[in-house]
Amino acid sequence: MLEQTSKIEEYQGIWVFAEQRNGKLLEVGLELLGSGRMIADKMATELAAVLLGHNVAGLVVDELGEYGADKVYLLDSPILEVYRSDPYALLMQGLINQYKPAVLLIGATTIGMDLAPRVAAKIGTGLSAHCTGLDISGNGQLAAIVPAFGGSMMAAILCPNRRPQMATVCPGFMKKNEREQGRKASVVRVEVSLPQESIRTKVVEVFSEEPKTLPIELAETIVAGGYGIGSKENWKMVEELATVLGASVGATRPAVDEGWASLEEQMIGQSGKTVHPNLYIGIGISGVIHHLIGIKDSKVIVAINSDPNAPILKAADYGIVADFRDIVPHLIRGFREAMEEM
Amino acid sequence: MKPISIVVCIKPVPDSRHWEKITLDPETGLLRREGIPIIISPLDRNALEEALRIKENRDGKVTVISMGPPNTVEILTSALAMGADAAVLLTDRTFAAADTLATAYALASGIRKLGEYDLVLLGNESLDGSTGQVGPQVAEFLGIPHVTHVNKVNFIDEDTLQVKSRIELGYMMIEVKIPVALAVEKEINEPRIPSLLGVVQAKEKPMSTWSANDIGVDKARIGLPGSPTQVAKVFAIEVKRRGEVLTGEPVEVTRKLIEKLRAERVLPKVC
Repeated sequence: MLEQTSKIEEYQGIWVFAEQRNGKLLEVGLELLGSGRMIADKMATELAAVLLGHNVAGLVVDELGEYGADKVYLLDSPILEVYRSDPYALLMQGLINQYKPAVLLIGATTIGMDLAPRVAAKIGTGLSAHCTGLDISGNGQLAAIVPAFGGSMMAAILCPNRRPQMATVCPGFMKKNEREQGRKASVVRVEVSLPQESIRTKVVEVFSEEPKTLPIELAETIVAGGYGIGSKENWKMVEELATVLGASVGATRPAVDEGWASLEEQMIGQSGKTVHPNLYIGIGISGVIHHLIGIKDSKVIVAINSDPNAPILKAADYGIVADFRDIVPHLIRGFREAMEEM
Repeated sequence: MKPISIVVCIKPVPDSRHWEKITLDPETGLLRREGIPIIISPLDRNALEEALRIKENRDGKVTVISMGPPNTVEILTSALAMGADAAVLLTDRTFAAADTLATAYALASGIRKLGEYDLVLLGNESLDGSTGQVGPQVAEFLGIPHVTHVNKVNFIDEDTLQVKSRIELGYMMIEVKIPVALAVEKEINEPRIPSLLGVVQAKEKPMSTWSANDIGVDKARIGLPGSPTQVAKVFAIEVKRRGEVLTGEPVEVTRKLIEKLRAERVLPKVC
């Protein structure tokens, strides 16, 4: 292995990459401060947030402190206004080499997943991807729990001989702390200077839209469809049932990949969202663990599947073994009537 | 336009239709995947398709490279049948059990040995590990920029690309000069099916097999010793609930379900 020059013991403290877009912190960063706080307390060490951007400090430094950061490393420069892998990765490398954190957690967003591996390769350290759980042992070893084989198995990943121990963590899996008004983090301003030629990409356009519907992770009722739905035509049935219930529509990865679900944002499970509705109804979903870990916090789970051996039936409170095309029209009618009775 | 040289990294993965046959060895804690057919990781096929399309627009060469056990030749042959011009297999016992860092280092070393290249393409993530880490890490070891989540590629002049990179609820349009590594998503194209002629021609195309010594790697940086991450344990997790199956005619089942949900007080307030 490539030699790391510093000793492991020199690496101290827990870091969280506080991703911001347009000066707004992403929720996943706050979630990571929540679990980072827990790890830092257990290790009796410090929790720091790393914030890169331009003119964002005033907007978010207080927020980082109030959600649990003891310290904020602030890198402010016009070149950091919009994310680009070169400047972000180079600056993270410099920061790590100077301040030597033991753990670095990054949200598994598209940008986090672009940045983290590049940083890990620059440092020559280990990186666990799409973690859904984190555990720290007495001697400071981070066990990152990651789904494998589409989530049918889980693996605990360690990084025993390298620092920092890096992990990207799926949004929605960690819990942010209650905001503690007035809790202050100290700010370490880090000078940003990079040679022009080290930045090799140019962002010519950024497009992003506001979410049109309630984010699925906040929905109280969810109707979700999987590969078993079979076609875009059939998918309308899923949507109709959702409309009747005033529910959000969810989807498994195959259904998103097939283009039935209109948005990646509807995807539930590993590399998608974790949901916690009162009622979840899954249709044509076999129930690989990949999806199940995303729905396990639902209050009541209903599954409709034609295969009596589909794993989701065991993970559900109520199961219906039937062709969804026979049953869903009845559910649509039944729920509609139930609504009118009120 | 001058000819372009494209390298596509492809990963052999167990065919997901057979994943239920993958078992856990209780003694070693390792996964047993013997006898499970391998395929090209799906997004790597999109990467290859994109390479072939770029080559069809301007003269050039497409080389596929893969690291894996000797049977990886099968997927390299399929890639040649799709239209790649040459294939390289990195195979050596010492490459085994590599994590993404050690894998990226070995692949980058193989790509360096190939010589001049303008583009490195690969799938944004693999079907099995799904880490999405190898692309940026190969780029780092080659000292070239990378763009991930790519779903559109456009040359605006012979050295400059405009690529569309997906972000949550939107995209970024990024300009970058070659050489660059691009990790592509499924939306970028529809991979072709090899033609019969392609399958026949594949047998005539060059296929090189290189060992660790052939590509001059630092042995401490490949395989298990070169992998900073270790799998401490693998376990199947279970999400289990009461699993009460409601039976009867559709009307009956619907009535039962609504009753249950009402009793649980989970029906939305409008109901």
